[in-house]
Amino acid sequence: MSGPLLSVEGASKRFGGLLAVDGASFTVERGSITGLIGPNGAGKTTLFTLVAGFETLTAGTVCFKGDDLGRMPPHERAKRGITRTFQIVQPFAGLTVRENIAVGAHLRHAARGEALARAEAVAKRVGLGDRLDQPASGLTVAGRKRLELARALATEPTLLLLDEVLAGLNPSEVRDIVPVIREIRDGGVTILMVEHVMQAVMSLCDRVFVLAQGRIIAQGTPTEVTRDPAVVEAYLGHGAAARLASREVARG
Amino acid sequence: MSRSGPVAAYGPILAVALLLAMLPVATSANTILNSMVMALLIALAGQGWNILGGYGGQFSFGHAVFFGTGAYVTALLQARFGVNAYVAFAAGIAAGAMVGTILGYLSFRSGLRGSYFALVTLAFAEVFRILANATAFTGGAAGTLVKLDVRPENFQFSSRAVFFWIALGLVTAVMLGVRFMERSRFGAWLVAVRENEDAARALGVDTLKVKIQAITLSAGVTAAAGGFYVQYFLFIDANLAYGTWISIEALLVPIVGGLGTVFGPLIGAVALHGLAEATKAIAGRIPGIDLALYGSLLVLAIAFAPNGLQGLMAKIGRGLSFGRAP
Ligand SMILES: Nc1ncnc2c1ncn2[C@@H]1O[C@H](COP(=O)(O)OP(=O)(O)OP(=O)(O)O)[C@@H](O)[C@H]1O
Ligand SMILES: [Mg+2]
Repeated sequence: MSGPLLSVEGASKRFGGLLAVDGASFTVERGSITGLIGPNGAGKTTLFTLVAGFETLTAGTVCFKGDDLGRMPPHERAKRGITRTFQIVQPFAGLTVRENIAVGAHLRHAARGEALARAEAVAKRVGLGDRLDQPASGLTVAGRKRLELARALATEPTLLLLDEVLAGLNPSEVRDIVPVIREIRDGGVTILMVEHVMQAVMSLCDRVFVLAQGRIIAQGTPTEVTRDPAVVEAYLGHGAAARLASREVARG
Repeated sequence: MSRSGPVAAYGPILAVALLLAMLPVATSANTILNSMVMALLIALAGQGWNILGGYGGQFSFGHAVFFGTGAYVTALLQARFGVNAYVAFAAGIAAGAMVGTILGYLSFRSGLRGSYFALVTLAFAEVFRILANATAFTGGAAGTLVKLDVRPENFQFSSRAVFFWIALGLVTAVMLGVRFMERSRFGAWLVAVRENEDAARALGVDTLKVKIQAITLSAGVTAAAGGFYVQYFLFIDANLAYGTWISIEALLVPIVGGLGTVFGPLIGAVALHGLAEATKAIAGRIPGIDLALYGSLLVLAIAFAPNGLQGLMAKIGRGLSFGRAP
């Protein structure tokens, strides 16, 4: 099949008086790791909820494998191959790690035994293999992030939406999980990730879109966008790019 | 738990059932059998509540609406249309389940949760109670009698023991069914809905469908208790059928016994009824004493045994084995 796996066109989402996403357009190519970055409150999570079907678009379209998803509910999108994780982790607190992941595995495996076996395999992939029978409520922050990833992965998605799975992790935990994400992509899963940890974005993403105040203001390779004056301004405020540039001129 | 083999999963249920089945052999005292039949009937109604409330996390305060529908349909089909008792009983279950589907569709589709859902179920039960009380077809306030004609083919037996065994059979069958559900995809989805609906949706669970299926099953089981009640007493009226007493008992026994567990409702029902009988024997018939007792028990259960008696026993068991360890 040709064309991008996901293409979002002119997506807008209004919450009362606030236009959280304002005519955003971007595409995700098959087999890529695409990054979505931007300052706090830019609308990244909102954009994810639109792609995953948790909120309906005020305007615009979301096309997956060339089909307009319209108002398709989240569970059907998951069946089609789009699975999201949550920025604020949402474990099934009363269940064990294995049971948590098995819920995801059940999407494509009706038999309980099969789902539990799949859960075990996925847990090992993300480094939760030794905590299978622990209650999810007992996991550390890093453990919960891995669980969020494992559950989503267990649905065998085509497109995985990762919303800040590295946030709240210490540098060594980040170093541990970055290769896991790369392996997931190498296993054939396309990834769209929202991330603030720039070191991870630089090392993982093939292409990055920058969202600020609901609009896509830049796109390109990670190196390109971090050099983009518009991006620097979005993060550091109006005139920042010019000030930085003049300082460099002064220094140089 | 969910990984264990079928013997470990279903064996204990069958063992408990076999053990209980000996009771009529051990005693022929009608008061004891009578009290056990009532306990089993409440266990059945409570297991219905448990499917939706314990496993699905949707707390209903109006399971009387299903109990009453099962009871009235069983009674009226016989009394008004001369339908065979077993057919009427099956129809009662089906009707109760259907009321469940409709109630579920209406309330879950509009996104009702928590106390809002509880209040809507309560309101439904009250509306049904008032209607049943005022309609001539249901016998109005006088209620409906099923013609006494003690024959097995009429689902009427002279022996209490037979009713006891039938009630035990129903409770056992439903417990086996609930265990099967626990070990199925549907069970996993239902528990996921209880634990976190958004996460469940993200993982491809059609939460609305799962909740409607759960309330349908739940209602059918509680309706079976209603139908059985009619065959046992051969009488039903609006307050018995749709009164809050059964809504309360149905939610109380799984909470006391162990929410979202197969044995919870049975343990809770036996414990509560044992206690109620004991108080009656000691305190005599002070009006409302049983309700006061239930109220205090509920408070105690929630305060000290949030996982019910079953959880409490497991905790004590663990405590003892820890105590023995060096
Ligand atoms: N359900 C909602 N109702 C009202 N406003 C909302 C809702 N969800 C998000 N918003 C608002 O929309 C804006 C964008 O929020 P969003 O969570 O998408 O940002 P973000 O880019 O993910 O930020 P962060 O990096 O902090 O996660 C914010 O101003 C937020 O307060
Ligand atoms: Mg966000």
